[in-house]
Amino acid sequence: MTKRTLSRRLPTPRNLGYSFNWVGRIGLTLILFWAIVALIGPWITPYPVGKVVDWDFFGPMSQKFWLGTDYLGRDVLSRVFMGARYTVGLALAGVTLACTGGVILGMIAAVVGGWFDTILSRLLDAFNGIPSLLFGLVVVAAVGSSIPVLILTLAAIYLPGAYRFARALAVNVNTMDFVTVARARGETTLYLILREIFPNILGPVLADLGLRFVFIVLVLSGLSFLGLGVQPPNADWGALVRENIEGLSLGAPAVIFPSIAIASLTISVNMFIDNLPTRIRDRSE
Amino acid sequence: MPQTPLVSVRDLTIGAKTDSGRKVHIINGVSFDIAPGEILALIGESGSGKTTIALSLMGHARTGCSITGGQIRVGRHDVTAMSERARQVLRGTEVSYVPQSAAAAFNPSQRIIDQVIEISTIHKLMSRANAEKKAIELFRALALPDPETIGQRYPHQVSGGQLQRLSAAMALIGDPQLVIFDEPTTALDVTTQIEVLRAFKSVMQKSGASGVYVSHDLAVVAQIADRIIVLRSGEIQEEGPAQQILDAPTHPYTKELLAAFEPVPHEAVAAGEAKVRSSILRVADLHIGYGKEFGREPALKVVRKVNFKIERGRNLGVIGESGSGKSTLARAIAGIVPAYRGTMEFDGKEFGMSLANRSKEELRRVQIVFQLADTALNPSHSIEAIIGRPLTFYRGLKGGQREARVIELLDMVKLPAALRHRLPSELSGGQKQRVNLARALAAEPDLILCDEITSALDTVVAASILDLLKELQRELNLSYMFISHDLSTVEAICDDVLVMYNGEVVEALPAADMSSKATHPYSRLLISSVPKLDTGWLSGLEQDPELVAAFSKR
Repeated sequence: MTKRTLSRRLPTPRNLGYSFNWVGRIGLTLILFWAIVALIGPWITPYPVGKVVDWDFFGPMSQKFWLGTDYLGRDVLSRVFMGARYTVGLALAGVTLACTGGVILGMIAAVVGGWFDTILSRLLDAFNGIPSLLFGLVVVAAVGSSIPVLILTLAAIYLPGAYRFARALAVNVNTMDFVTVARARGETTLYLILREIFPNILGPVLADLGLRFVFIVLVLSGLSFLGLGVQPPNADWGALVRENIEGLSLGAPAVIFPSIAIASLTISVNMFIDNLPTRIRDRSE
Repeated sequence: MPQTPLVSVRDLTIGAKTDSGRKVHIINGVSFDIAPGEILALIGESGSGKTTIALSLMGHARTGCSITGGQIRVGRHDVTAMSERARQVLRGTEVSYVPQSAAAAFNPSQRIIDQVIEISTIHKLMSRANAEKKAIELFRALALPDPETIGQRYPHQVSGGQLQRLSAAMALIGDPQLVIFDEPTTALDVTTQIEVLRAFKSVMQKSGASGVYVSHDLAVVAQIADRIIVLRSGEIQEEGPAQQILDAPTHPYTKELLAAFEPVPHEAVAAGEAKVRSSILRVADLHIGYGKEFGREPALKVVRKVNFKIERGRNLGVIGESGSGKSTLARAIAGIVPAYRGTMEFDGKEFGMSLANRSKEELRRVQIVFQLADTALNPSHSIEAIIGRPLTFYRGLKGGQREARVIELLDMVKLPAALRHRLPSELSGGQKQRVNLARALAAEPDLILCDEITSALDTVVAASILDLLKELQRELNLSYMFISHDLSTVEAICDDVLVMYNGEVVEALPAADMSSKATHPYSRLLISSVPKLDTGWLSGLEQDPELVAAFSKR
């Protein structure tokens, strides 16, 4: 990002144009909450994740077990806290890889153009045609489920979309006169991409990143629901919902709370992204 | 005036809310009358409120604005007191509107006739057959070709000048008492502008309606308006009959506007004459085109057989209408669009056609400045970053050295040093164009290609940019290649002029002899089409109709 010195004004977020409304703040608070839980999870879980702590399965909420117990009598609160690690971590790693790769490739394609653009676009379009969950299933079934495989699979599924999006934006910026001026100056492709184009597509790209993060959380939950995600005794939120699905008819908190966790994360990410500071969101205007 | 005026506006105040929630007055206590059949011109710079006032006559205020005080009466109606529903009835039948860009005002997917008679359909004024008959009459009155069938075409099938006249037909179909023209000829070429103005003038005389003509161009307004109101920051500066405003302006601002219009004859830089003149750029047999290449020639050939040379410290003007290939020529010289045939010699050395074939040093010596400073400056970079980049790129300047040079350059283009911390969006149009120029100067070039750099600016601002260019030339011994569609701009700054038509140079001659010695029929047509500050100019103008037909794409 550009380093900017503003004269004679206190650099508060408001003065810098980085303040945003309360809906966005609620979103950010929830995201930060889950991020902190993901970081310090092992130290705040009341019980070990895999340990059966209660003889009663699908136990109700109680003083001892705040969110009840699961189908084996394990503490749900501990499992949700540890699940945050996998869900938030995996999704974050996946979305970072997908968006970084997609955006960089998209900008290169827009700036270089010609056959490079054509070949890359068609290739990724073809890849985009494969249904995401099906692709995930095939890869995980073939290679086996491990954390790196999951991250790479998720990144691969969402890279073409990020590429398409960034390329479309970059093509528009690329036709602007300031890019032509930079090109006439003799600037390299790298400079054009990083300094001239990237700052002007940052707002929409961030919005897209938020959306993609949510999709990844959902696909990850889907994969785990099918038993191909994080392997037991650990579990991400999707896996928690799956393994406790029988408790649904009993109204067990073991199935409700992981669902709420998924919903709260995905909704809060969207709330935050939709209410990003105008300085970032409307840069190109 | 003996008869009651058709329109009377009293103490009109229009307010707006800025993004930060502050309330500002755009229009402050404006009062005027329009007599039946009279055409009133509102003239002023961008931001002076001329369009805002014109729109308020329909009871319309743009998003974020609202009429906060005063009274507007049109005919029997009190527009300010009306409900929005009642105003809808008023619009199109009593007051109608001709927009600046007809191309944007027409729906590209509907036939023209359907759109022209839309007003009569909405207000149920007449049967469709009658409406079409009336439209055809209007087409004839507006001197459109094939009046019977032109309505069957789609908007993209007629030229810009024709579309503008069609939008006037659209406005007149409901027999309004008042027609608002919002800069209707600003986007047109001068030769087309004449025809459109003539058509407007005759059709307005025939219909007997009153008109409000919004423009920034005094010469255009002089041809069509009976009375002129000069506006500045939402207040009336001067009001009077057109002839009086032109001949005997009383307000200092009006005088300034008129002064900016007077072409200042350009004198070649004295320093250049002492030395032996060396040519800085020599171009021979240049061909430029776009699109897929077949063999060695591109599919679309835009510029053909161009030869010229620019001497050090002298300026070349390139003039022509839109589509004549003048901007493409500048881009080819800058290397952005490689020419496919011909040679370029820069300072005695062979010059590569494309950017890739030029060294960094060669690139540094030719800089291009674009028309729209809005798109030529990266909106997310500070002014310091924008001007500083060529310094770092070509000279390797960093930190304090670079900052000192940026301040120096800002001073050169007469901008305060504190401006360097701002973003382009925080500058005015004229300031942006100066920054645009400062960036080119930062490279310390020998030749600056100016692509219509004053076209988007107000008259007074444009004149000051031209003065700046001249001053910089004296100090830095630069050469300019100045591309413009505006003859007076080119006369003001150039030593030599190329006239381009349809991708070819039709005439090359010294700028001083432009009006007197031009021989090519197209040059003559172009020169005679530039509006003059004289109310009788349009009616007295005689152009050879065959010539006009041959050279203008109407």
